[in-house]
Amino acid sequence: MSKIDRKRLLREMVFFRRFEDRTFEAYMERKIGGFLHLYSGQEAVATGVLEVIQAERGIGFDYVITGYRDHIHAIKTGARAREVMAELYGKETGSSKGRGGSMHIFDPSVHFMGGYALVGQPFPLAAGLALACKHQKEGRIAVCFLGDGANNQGTFHETMNMAALWKLPVLFVCENNLYAIGTAIQRSTPIIDQYKRLAAYNIPASQHYGQDIEVVMEATQSAVDHVRSGAGPYFLELLTYRYRGHSMSDAGAYRSKEEVAEWMQQDPIQILAQRLIEAGELTEEEFKAMEQAVQDEIDNDIVKFAEESPEPKVEELTKYVLEDNPDPRWIGPLEAQGGGHG
Amino acid sequence: MAELAYWEALRRAHDEELANDPMVIAMGEDIGVAGGTYKVTLGLYDKYGEERIVDTPISENSYTGIGIGASMAGMRPIIEIMSINFALLALDTLINAAAKIRYMSGGRAQCPIVMRTPGGTAHQLAAQHSARLARLFMGTPGLRVVTPSTPLDAYGMLKSAVRCNDPVIFIEHESMYNLKGEVPDEEVFRPLEGAEVIREGTDITLIGYNYSVHWCLSAADKLAQEGISAEVIDLRSLKPIDRETIRRSIEKTHRVLVAEEDEAPVGVGSEVITGIIEDCFFALDAQPVRVHAADVPVPYNYNLEKSAIPDAKDVYQGALKVLGKV
Repeated sequence: MSKIDRKRLLREMVFFRRFEDRTFEAYMERKIGGFLHLYSGQEAVATGVLEVIQAERGIGFDYVITGYRDHIHAIKTGARAREVMAELYGKETGSSKGRGGSMHIFDPSVHFMGGYALVGQPFPLAAGLALACKHQKEGRIAVCFLGDGANNQGTFHETMNMAALWKLPVLFVCENNLYAIGTAIQRSTPIIDQYKRLAAYNIPASQHYGQDIEVVMEATQSAVDHVRSGAGPYFLELLTYRYRGHSMSDAGAYRSKEEVAEWMQQDPIQILAQRLIEAGELTEEEFKAMEQAVQDEIDNDIVKFAEESPEPKVEELTKYVLEDNPDPRWIGPLEAQGGGHG
Repeated sequence: MAELAYWEALRRAHDEELANDPMVIAMGEDIGVAGGTYKVTLGLYDKYGEERIVDTPISENSYTGIGIGASMAGMRPIIEIMSINFALLALDTLINAAAKIRYMSGGRAQCPIVMRTPGGTAHQLAAQHSARLARLFMGTPGLRVVTPSTPLDAYGMLKSAVRCNDPVIFIEHESMYNLKGEVPDEEVFRPLEGAEVIREGTDITLIGYNYSVHWCLSAADKLAQEGISAEVIDLRSLKPIDRETIRRSIEKTHRVLVAEEDEAPVGVGSEVITGIIEDCFFALDAQPVRVHAADVPVPYNYNLEKSAIPDAKDVYQGALKVLGKV
């Protein structure tokens, strides 16, 4: 990676951390409702994987899909941070026009096909996106991010079976943060190393350290090369950790202070910042200035946009349930054109 | 004008839509090499190949989900589920994903899938192969639910369903696949919305959908022999229900019966009669009657099965009750 790339990536990760911290504050101020699942601590995964994917986008957008911890994946895929924040505020300018909220960020204009709040549900949807990619022969692939907890759903097994059988161009990225909601991985499955499960489906898989973005990018590159070659799916397991509880209603009391402290020492932002500082590519002052600039951008632009945006109109409550103006030839109403009963 | 069996009509619709649009694919268990449990895709594998006629493993929730994912990326999958009982395994992806993706994306994404499945009792298939469940999908915003009762509607509504941009639950019936009817030789589309008056009458309105339409028609024949003129309405679509056609009929006949194969609690009849009470209560000269299945899992024994599921005789008896003749 070039110097410029590393500094930009660092700034992006700082932005993602601050974005999530700011949503935490807005939630405490009751400006954001519902459930809120934050990504802090895992930034190197989405940033690193999607950086590699994006670098290859000359052929057009690949599809990205994920679960409910989705804000950062959406932004890194190309959704505007303003619109993601506005969605959290439930505003009409939000990426789902205030109908989706935190767990359902969508931006099909950049092929971000959604966050889903049913654990494991995105596996088959991702395989379906990949099926379309294979059928349409435009060189696209699908990328599916999900946590380790999702691997205990039936959809994991069903989808891996079909994805391998049909050699679908799909990259599964398992963000193994060691907890399924509040249950430690060793208490929910006898297979701690998730990549080993894929041997059952003849899918190549590997496990990597997910806190170092350069490790993530290197692993992603070879995984994506495999998928793009037409050889079928790849399963990438990245070991990471979330700093906050599962959601805002979870203080994370099931984890020891020692364990949390140990992982905080392996912070993806600090790892990259220190590396750049030691290499003489970045000074402490520059890093501080970067953090300040990010904070200003989020407060003065992103949050301001969300706060000043209009609410959805209540009169439009039932808009978007079905297609707005469907073709009357297919939909009806039935006209007198000869009865079906002769 | 050709006389086609219901299954042949569905097969013709598949063939034409596959030929019309390369983004149309069919997916399901045994639909390819084996030609489909009810022959609906017979021969299409040879014609269109394994990438368009996709034999799936027995994994209903995930292959339906794969169809949904593919539809989000521009494909138009026709997903066959061998029995509506097995569609229960796919409820998560149908109800939590397909039905909601347009809404929770603020109209930015859509899932133009058709989920075809037979719902109904055939011959002693017992509890786990005889469910109807139309009512389950009717209660879900974001889905369309259609129930073609003739080869013409099976053909024309499937073609429309494939081209519709909403997810369509397309409910067939094990006992209807061999039913014959005329289908024009030229291409025909039958709209997904709108009930149809399929027999005019003045004394009572009999309302059915899917297979129960045929009970209504034979009950109407029997009533006619006694000088009673029954009007028969085929609902065709359960979501949305065409309340206007029902209202117009009741304002003419002033009496109504609803025949359904679903169980009564939270059934199709409950919804139809509620609509009638709301729309045309004062046009009624008699209490509406619903003919419905017993609230039991469908038994295996022939006589028990027969007593659990209504038929034309029950519709006839029910009509006499509405008319005050029993």
